[in-house]
Amino acid sequence: MRLNAEELACNRGGREVFRGLSFALSSGEAMVISGRNGAGKSSLLRMIAGLVRCAAGQLTLDGGERDTPLAEQCHYLGHQDAMKPSLTVSENLQFWTEFFGARTHTIESALQAVGLAALTDLPAAYLSAGQRRRLSIARLVSVQRPIWLLDEPTSALDSPSQKRLAELMQGHLAGGGMIVAAAHGPIGLERARELKLDPA
Amino acid sequence: MIAFNALLVRDMRLAIRVGGGALMGALFFLIVVTMMPFAIGPDLALLARIGPAILWLGALLASLLALDRLFATDHEDGSLDLLMMGALPLELSVATKAIAHWLTTGLPLVVIAPLLGLMLNVELHAMGWLALTLLVGTPALTFIGLVGAALAVALRRGGLLLAVLVLPLTVPVLIFGVAAANAALFGATPFGPPFTILCALTLASLVLGPIAAAAALRHGLE
Repeated sequence: MRLNAEELACNRGGREVFRGLSFALSSGEAMVISGRNGAGKSSLLRMIAGLVRCAAGQLTLDGGERDTPLAEQCHYLGHQDAMKPSLTVSENLQFWTEFFGARTHTIESALQAVGLAALTDLPAAYLSAGQRRRLSIARLVSVQRPIWLLDEPTSALDSPSQKRLAELMQGHLAGGGMIVAAAHGPIGLERARELKLDPA
Repeated sequence: MIAFNALLVRDMRLAIRVGGGALMGALFFLIVVTMMPFAIGPDLALLARIGPAILWLGALLASLLALDRLFATDHEDGSLDLLMMGALPLELSVATKAIAHWLTTGLPLVVIAPLLGLMLNVELHAMGWLALTLLVGTPALTFIGLVGAALAVALRRGGLLLAVLVLPLTVPVLIFGVAAANAALFGATPFGPPFTILCALTLASLVLGPIAAAAALRHGLE
């Protein structure tokens, strides 16, 4: 499986963020996007997720399920956690798992993987920022999708959780997945390629 | 189908839990209808005559009340991004949210309407018919309001924008809803024609509402 980006350009609010961006990523590879604030890191991730339109160029996925659009083969972990405060931890995860379908892990084992197994029945309103982050990471574990798009995944995470996330990412890559992450510092992927965005 | 059920159950749960708006519409309806006799005076004949119109207006305002938060909360916490990335087409996701909203906000209005009809001296024998017109008509209000809710998110304006955008569009539903209710009550005109047109308006909005709302979300959320 191979993700190709050719001559991508991005416009936000009439301003050109980047253009002429090309890269290719194969199964088992990770890429870390770096660059100054406003360089278009988040926009690029949202573009791959199908949430922002490409002003020019195209994104294609070779191999994999041909009939499934690119967006439906991606997991997107954005700045917001997409968790409802009035639902419990397990209800939140259960919903996203059922909504995305094709789950690979039970809710319990996904929560175990991010260290939230003891809090299943707690309403998400009482979670700390880091715990909410871990809950949304559990979503990536519980449903199998080949491409992970992570926007500053380590923000709000303590060091044991960062280590656990690094292990999950290694596991995903070892299983033939791909990761595209936007980050300012190291996120625990030693062999990741780097893509530097410079504001136009 | 699993995704559809999951979204329906989640939205209904959210509506009945803390911070949800499930009974707000019904309470607002109750207050509006209760205040009418105070404003109009205790003329029972007059109240009975304008009763159906008051009930319909109350239901219209009440069903739009909680609608502006329909997409706003999902937009604020990032859920809307993920809803767009599911295998369920956005049109269907949007329709599912509207169905959940109607079941928790619209249906309670239909259920308490006969009770409120008593306060307006509406004839008992016609109460069932009046409730039937609301049962058929309120989904149309929700699905027309859906477009306004989506636009409100896309334009990052909540609250009053929804009412200003949506209320003019609900005029046909109001006209034929009240016409059908009056026909059932007073028998001066046949019940069939306005009621069938009301059904047609509901069916059309069930189809067009989600398509327009999904288009507004796709276009506005870039």
